[in-house]
Amino acid sequence: MSEKGTIPFGPQHPVLPEPIHLKLVVEDEKVVEAYPAFGFVHRGLETLAQKKDFNQMVYVVERVCGICSCMHGQDYCQAIEELMGIEVPIRAEYLRTIWAELHRIHSHLLWLGLFADAFGFENLFMQTWKIREKIMDILEATSGNRVIISVNIVGGVRKDISNDQAKWILRELDDVEKQLKDINDVVMNNYTVKERTVGIGVLTKEEAYELGATGPMAKGSGVDLDLRTTGYAAYKYLDFEPIVEKSGDSYARNLVRMKEIFQSIDLIRQALSKMPEGDINVPVKGNPPAGEVISRLEQSRGEVVYYIKSNGTKFLDRLRIRTPTFANIPALLKILPGSQLQDVPVLILTIDPCISCTER
Amino acid sequence: MLDMLKSVFSNLSKKPATRMYPYEERKPFDINRGHLENNIDECIFCGMCQRVCPSNCIKVDRKNGVWEYDPFECVICGVCVEKCPKKSLRLDTHYRSCTDKKYDVHLERHEDSEKAGA
Repeated sequence: MSEKGTIPFGPQHPVLPEPIHLKLVVEDEKVVEAYPAFGFVHRGLETLAQKKDFNQMVYVVERVCGICSCMHGQDYCQAIEELMGIEVPIRAEYLRTIWAELHRIHSHLLWLGLFADAFGFENLFMQTWKIREKIMDILEATSGNRVIISVNIVGGVRKDISNDQAKWILRELDDVEKQLKDINDVVMNNYTVKERTVGIGVLTKEEAYELGATGPMAKGSGVDLDLRTTGYAAYKYLDFEPIVEKSGDSYARNLVRMKEIFQSIDLIRQALSKMPEGDINVPVKGNPPAGEVISRLEQSRGEVVYYIKSNGTKFLDRLRIRTPTFANIPALLKILPGSQLQDVPVLILTIDPCISCTER
Repeated sequence: MLDMLKSVFSNLSKKPATRMYPYEERKPFDINRGHLENNIDECIFCGMCQRVCPSNCIKVDRKNGVWEYDPFECVICGVCVEKCPKKSLRLDTHYRSCTDKKYDVHLERHEDSEKAGA
């Protein structure tokens, strides 16, 4: 007869990039229930909006997450610019897009390495992170820092990309694309990888829509939802189609993320060739007027929503951030019951968890 | 099944991808943000850097001519360098070296000398 036991999939685990606690009720190697617990990295960053003025908050908001940091800054700046009625120059929009797409590439490469490490394929982990170093070099050469690049300000960007740098970036991206094509075959067609991902963690299209999943979690199940098609920043001048797969399992989400890397390289090439000359920022005078604004953006993991309420002074009244991993957690709790215990790391990493974003 | 074999052989024949740090160091890019330095002879103690700093790590005393800076709170964002009217602040490319005791940088307006306290 089968016995029920409780296993704590604790905050410390070799496979987890960030601490999350799951209490798994297990019956003979099959997970029956899962209870989550959060709050290990809560830093209270939203209350700092009432203590630092709205220009200094850009630097605080960027530090919510290290992997999607540039896009947090971009969304905050877009929200304040919409509230104050500032129009950003076109060259600044292109530059923001280029840095955002570079962040998307390095985020997906980081995820791919951790995902391979979750089921023991360390060779793939090392190779993808070696390719990722070239992207970090591009970020360092154009902005001064590798991870938290601090280029977005209210009114535009702070640094520029010269023509020589643009040519160098294109050469490095050619190299990255060549190395990625070697790895692409392993991720999509290798027998072992397919055994561990096909049919694991199936989320149907209706379930993905009802639970509010975003990003590659929803796109892998057939929900056609990509916020870049709404045309913020320079996406209205660029030409692309959202990538959608139908089967809804872990393998489909892997395919979506791999194809998004190639799509991002193509978007950067388009943006670098179409970027016009001009200013990179406009001066900002005065305080934001009283009012509320909502701004959304497509980060690497899904849709991030910023709500800002201002009362006319230089301190904001309320800042609320809804991050994509927070929206994907209910989907995780739906696919965990019924799975085998050895698939739990694969399932947690297939939602691409960024727990420091979730808990701010 | 042996999909990574091509990658394995090409890695064996090339030179290693890792660097033998600290015997071999990579030169940082020119734009790299390392640590903050102030040329105290040019500084006019206006206090602009103190006002824009997001982490409140600079203290300026205009009357006595004192500029104090906490390098352990600084996030090296570079806003003070952009807003300085006399361009006396600048960012050097090397990050500060490791230490086991925290210190403050304390500079005063004197004729020729600068004091860095421990």
